[in-house]
Formats: sequence, C-alpha cells, structure tokens
Amino acid sequence: MARKNSRNNSHPDVDRRKFLTGVAIAGAASAVAPQAAGAATGQTTLPDGAPPPRPSALRPSAAVAAAETGTPKELVRKENGVPGSDFMVDVIKTLDIKYAPSNPASSFRALHESLINYGKNTTPEFLTCMHEESAVGMAHGYFKVTGKPLLTMCHGTVGLQHAAMGIYNAWCDRVPVIVIGGNDLDAAHRPPGVPTFHSAQDINALVRDFTKWDDTPVSPQHFAQSFVRMYRTAMTPPYGPVMMSLDAGLQQEPIRENGEKLYIPRYVPSSPPQGDTGAVKEAARLLANAERPVIVVDRAARTPNGIKLLVELAELLQAPVVDQGGRMNFPRTHYLNRPANVINNADVIIGLELSDFWAVVNSYIDNGDHGIGFNESKIKPGTKLISINSVELITKSNYQDFQRFQVVDVQMPADAEATLPALIEAVKSAIPNDRKAVYDKRGEAIRKASAEGHVNQRRLAALAWDASPISTARLSMEIYGAIKDLDWSLVASEGNVSNWPNRLWPMEKHYHWLGRSGGYGVGYGAPASIGAALANRDAGRFSVSIQSDGDLMYAPGVLWTAARHKIPLLAVMHNNRGYHQEVMHLQRLANFRDRVSNNGSDASPIGTAIENPDIEYHKLAESMGWWAKGPIKDPAALGPAIKEAVAVVKSGQPALLNVWTQPR
Amino acid sequence: MRMVRVFVAAALVAGFGLVTLSGAASAASAEKGAIAFKKYGCWQCHGFLGQGSVATSAGKVLAPDTLPYEAFSAFVRGTNRTMPPYREAVLPESDLADIHAYLSSIPKGPDYKTIPLLNN
Repeated sequence: MARKNSRNNSHPDVDRRKFLTGVAIAGAASAVAPQAAGAATGQTTLPDGAPPPRPSALRPSAAVAAAETGTPKELVRKENGVPGSDFMVDVIKTLDIKYAPSNPASSFRALHESLINYGKNTTPEFLTCMHEESAVGMAHGYFKVTGKPLLTMCHGTVGLQHAAMGIYNAWCDRVPVIVIGGNDLDAAHRPPGVPTFHSAQDINALVRDFTKWDDTPVSPQHFAQSFVRMYRTAMTPPYGPVMMSLDAGLQQEPIRENGEKLYIPRYVPSSPPQGDTGAVKEAARLLANAERPVIVVDRAARTPNGIKLLVELAELLQAPVVDQGGRMNFPRTHYLNRPANVINNADVIIGLELSDFWAVVNSYIDNGDHGIGFNESKIKPGTKLISINSVELITKSNYQDFQRFQVVDVQMPADAEATLPALIEAVKSAIPNDRKAVYDKRGEAIRKASAEGHVNQRRLAALAWDASPISTARLSMEIYGAIKDLDWSLVASEGNVSNWPNRLWPMEKHYHWLGRSGGYGVGYGAPASIGAALANRDAGRFSVSIQSDGDLMYAPGVLWTAARHKIPLLAVMHNNRGYHQEVMHLQRLANFRDRVSNNGSDASPIGTAIENPDIEYHKLAESMGWWAKGPIKDPAALGPAIKEAVAVVKSGQPALLNVWTQPR
Repeated sequence: MRMVRVFVAAALVAGFGLVTLSGAASAASAEKGAIAFKKYGCWQCHGFLGQGSVATSAGKVLAPDTLPYEAFSAFVRGTNRTMPPYREAVLPESDLADIHAYLSSIPKGPDYKTIPLLNN
C-alpha cells in the first residue's frame, strides 16, 4: 500500500525503490572493484604495506553488498514531506511507553531513526539489546514491577524468531509486551538480497498462537488505530503480548494525506471483565458455609491492591491461602499463608487465576509401571471447586498452556482482582450469624500451625548449613541478611533453590516477588531481572536476582545491556553446574529401564552437565562491564562477598557473584 | 504391578532377604558410600549431604536421622512414589549398604537457633 502512495503522488519524487536501486549499482561496483584489481596485478600487499584482507569463504553478491553498505540518504531529504515513521513516533509517544529494548535491524531503520532523532530518544528511550529474546525478557520483567508495558522492535523474520520464546513466556505469564516486527512486503520494490531474506508474507503468523492480537497496517492512519488498539488489547486483563507487522516502506515514505487529516486515537483503558453476579453469590454461599475453605492463588494480584483484597477475603473467612507464586499475591508473613497440603482436607476450594487447576487438586506421579506416570486425587470426594480465571476468555488451540481439563462447580471466566470486591461483599452477606465462633476457632488453629511451620522451615534451612558447595538455604539467607534493611526487590529466582526465599523472606510488597517465566522457557531469568531492575532503578529500589547458570548462557549479552544503560542489579548465581531438571529426568529414565546412567566424565548424565570446563561467569560478567567475583565455594566467604557486592550495586553498578551451590 | 513391587519389597524386609541385607550393611564403608552416593545420582534430588529439598525430594531428609537400613533398602528398591526405584541390577546391595553408611556418618549440623541469619 505504501508503494501505491509513492507512485501516485504528484510530488517530485526521489522514490525509495529507485534510490536503492541506484545504491545497489554503485555499491556493487565499489565492493567488487578492489578485489578485481588485486587479482589482475597479482599484488600481495596493499599500497600502504599492509597485507591484503583475507577473502571470506563466500563473496557477497552485489545485491547483498549494496544492501549492507548502501547509505539511505533519502531519510534526510525532508522536502518530500514528513516521514511516515515520524508520525508513528507521535502515536507511540501518546502512550507513555518509557523504554524500547531492541536489537537494531534494517527493517525498522526508519522507525528507529525517527525515535532517536525526531523523538529525541525519550518515551521511549532505545535500549540496545544483543538478542531479541533478551529484549522481550526485559519488557517482561519491567512490566511485573511497574504494570506498564514496553515496546520492542525486531526484524520480522530472523529477529522475531529469536524473540519468539520470550513472547511465549509472556503469553503464558499473562504479561503485555508490544512487539513491532519490521517487514518489507513489496516484492517488486524491496531491496534484493538480505532485506528479501528478511521479508515474509505474514510475519505475525509465527507468534499468532501466543499473542492476543496482531495486525499489519497499510497506511499511517491504519498504524495509529492499530497501535492504540494493540496497546489497549494488551492492557485489558487478561494481559498478553501483541504483535504488529510494520512495512518498511510505510515507515520510510513521506506521508501523503490525500486530503485526509491524520489523527491519533485517544487511549481509554478498558475495564477488566468481572464475574457474573449470580455466580459470585453462589461462590460466596459455598465459601461462607464451608468448614474448611481454602483459597489458592497464582496470578490473582495484578496490582498492589490485589494483595489487600486477598488479605481481606482470607481474614473474613479465616481461610488459609496457598500462593502458587505466579505473582506476589499474599504476604508471606501472614498466618493464613499456608503450604499446598492444606487443600487435602478442604471442603471448598476457590482458585483465583490458576494456570493449572487440575494440578492443584490432583497429583501426577512420574513413576508408574513401565515408566508411565499415573494420577491421584489430592482432595476428598465431594469437595466443591470455584474458579475465577480470566484466561478462560482467551484460550487458544495450538499451544497447550490451558493444561488438563478440570471440572469445577462454579466457573467464572473473569478477572479475579476485579471480581474480589463483589465477592467480599457477597461473602459478608452470606456469613450466617452463628458462624463467627467457628471462624475464630479455625483461624486460631491455622495461626498455631503457621507458627510451627515457621520453626520447621528454619530447622530445615539449618541442614547442610556449612556444606560446600553452598546450600541453597544458606545462599538465600546470606543474600537476605545483606539486603534486609534496603527497599529490596527479588527480581528473578530462576533455577530452583527449593523455594527458600518464599519460605523464609518476609515478602509483603508487590515487588518483593515477581513470579516466574510463565512458559518455563529457560533464558528468562537474566533479561527479566535486568528489565525489572531497570524499573526498580527508576523507583529507587534495590534489585537482587538469584541467577542460574544454564539460564544465563542462553543470551549473556544482556549483561552488557545492563552495564551500558547503568542498570544496577545484584545477581547472585545459583551455579549448580548443570541443567539440573534434565539431570534428574535422565536419571529417572535410566532407573525405570534398569540401567546405570552413563555420566561420561561428568557428575551427571551425558548432555546435562555444565562443567569440564567450568564456566567462569564472574569473568564473563566482568568482560561486559560488571563488578564480579567468584567462584565462591566456601560458605564462610559468601556473606562478606555479598556485602561487598551490595555496596557496588548501591553505587549504581551491576554486580555478579559466581557461587557454587548444591543442586537444589 | 505396583502392588507386586511393594509386596516384593515388604517380603525382602520381612523374610530371608533381611539376613542378607543386614550382612551387607554391617560390612559397609561410609567412604565408599560417599562415592556411590554421587555415582548413582542420589545427590541430584537429595543434595550432597542428604539434606533434601521440597522441590525434588518432597522435603524428605536423609541425614541426619537416617532410616534403619531395612526400611531404607525397602524404600529404595520398591518405591512407587516420586522417587524412581533402584533395583539391584543397577545398584548392587553392597553399594546401597555403603550409601547407607555414608548417610549415617553425616554429623548433625548446627541448631537453627544458633545461626543468626535464621533468627532475624
């Protein structure tokens, strides 16, 4: 469509396509000529005495050379009118998007240029990323601290392929990320070679199964409508990533209004979907009359207010809360915060934004005959189940994040946080007058069990306290001991440390715990923690992550991004020197088959160890501008090292400690 | 089949097998057991000191207070819960006895009340 505009306009035209054709011819000549000259004269040195450049295995074609080296001069020729991408920046700026973590790519070069020059590189500020997956991961982590989405741009083909796993994590974690993929669809006019390799008919198809909405605008006005629409769609619960294919020609060519005045639609947030009144009343009736009600939550608290509402509901019912940790839903210090086994005796269970209700009430034992797992119910027959879950509204078919089917008695496809005020009021009305004493007695019993549980957690944490490699309990508590007086935020805890921070740290605020990746796509931890640390930097908070070894190595370049953009973060590594989940899977399968696991020269099954050689993560981080130390194997050395690192981070610099740890 | 497996384990504990197992246990070496504990992958879910994990051993702690050998062996051979079983073809009886000796030799750690970081 953009091409049509440029051909039909009446302005004197330096057409983008004609211009690039010219560049291609000139570029081809300059790229080929020196080599041809050398071959003709038999020269072995250049005129200045330097040896000739070594030829690459494959010479670039003339078209490729032109595409890589041509200068897009038409971008500075303002006489042709306002570039389309300037207007796009105007649109983007209305939505107050603070950052645009991205890896640069020619297919969005016009938008990139407009953002940094016309848009003065503010709102959004371009953050240089070294991998598209890192860019999406940063946006993911940032949102979970601020509740605000970021924009990320990428090549619509190869860049989006890199970004895809991060987008899937965001989808499963119900996090909005605004993704723009550059694409040059006009086959007759786009540059040949690399730009054509990097074009596709429908780039959005790659991520359509795990985005809420996507579009391909064909005019500047269409862009304005679609961008505001995609922002609103992403930000309407259930949240999720959205995708736009943005034509390179549309970005680059001047705007031809053709008599139509361009406008930017005003963004008006949608209200979240609330549960049906009748269903809310029925849920309240069941809860108020239950003997042993249990509240199970995963991503229930979308905002800090969600935590307050959950406390209110739990205290009203004196019901234990099982927080699965998709978000910081419920204060860990509250006596009603209880472990998952409390559901075994429940007579009513309400699940709020659960990603897997089936697994809440059933067990899958991966130890059946012939290695086939079997199922067991965890609950008593007749237990009533209630669900409030907005994800029911956007279930898709291909990817199986909807998990197993679980029959529930009261099903509300609605946003839990938005429904809680009505549910609380309905429960107040439904509580029988003679039940107060029952509730109080229930609460007292839970309070006593909570106190006992607290002691037991500490007793368990003391086991292997002086072990080397360092126990995950000690790792967690040495960190907490060093940051407890700061306004801290645990921005990521990927790699399993036996959930010690959730068991022992007094988490109460929404940024104390940010949940996990969502889709369990490994490689989330490092970028998400840096994105979250960026948000915390702006809020004046101290960020800490427990960084696992395998996760970091997917795209360690994000460490450079943190140093480059001065994002302070304390990353303490849980370096157990293996893909430990897979270590255990391989051992399990070997056992089922009565075979001794083949570990080769490593401590764990071939293909699962990250050792021989050991990766020196501290040197890796140091090389990219971080303060770093390690490997730390002596538990007595850990506390002082963390103290030193905390001081560095407080000065505004990222710091990493490479700590050798127990497996879990 | 699961029923059969449990039955076999119980029979080992209750019957003739008990004599053999006890014999292996009495000749066991904690030093060799530390090596076997790593070789057979026990550390993967239980930690190098048998401290366990809520994530990988359902919170089960192997040391200190290790189970008596007979109960320990019966579980290892016949478990049909989260832990996969180790049959004798994979883990010889003498090695299992060494592992038990190793776990039994792990000293009790400090009381949590004496660790300042666990009492803040």
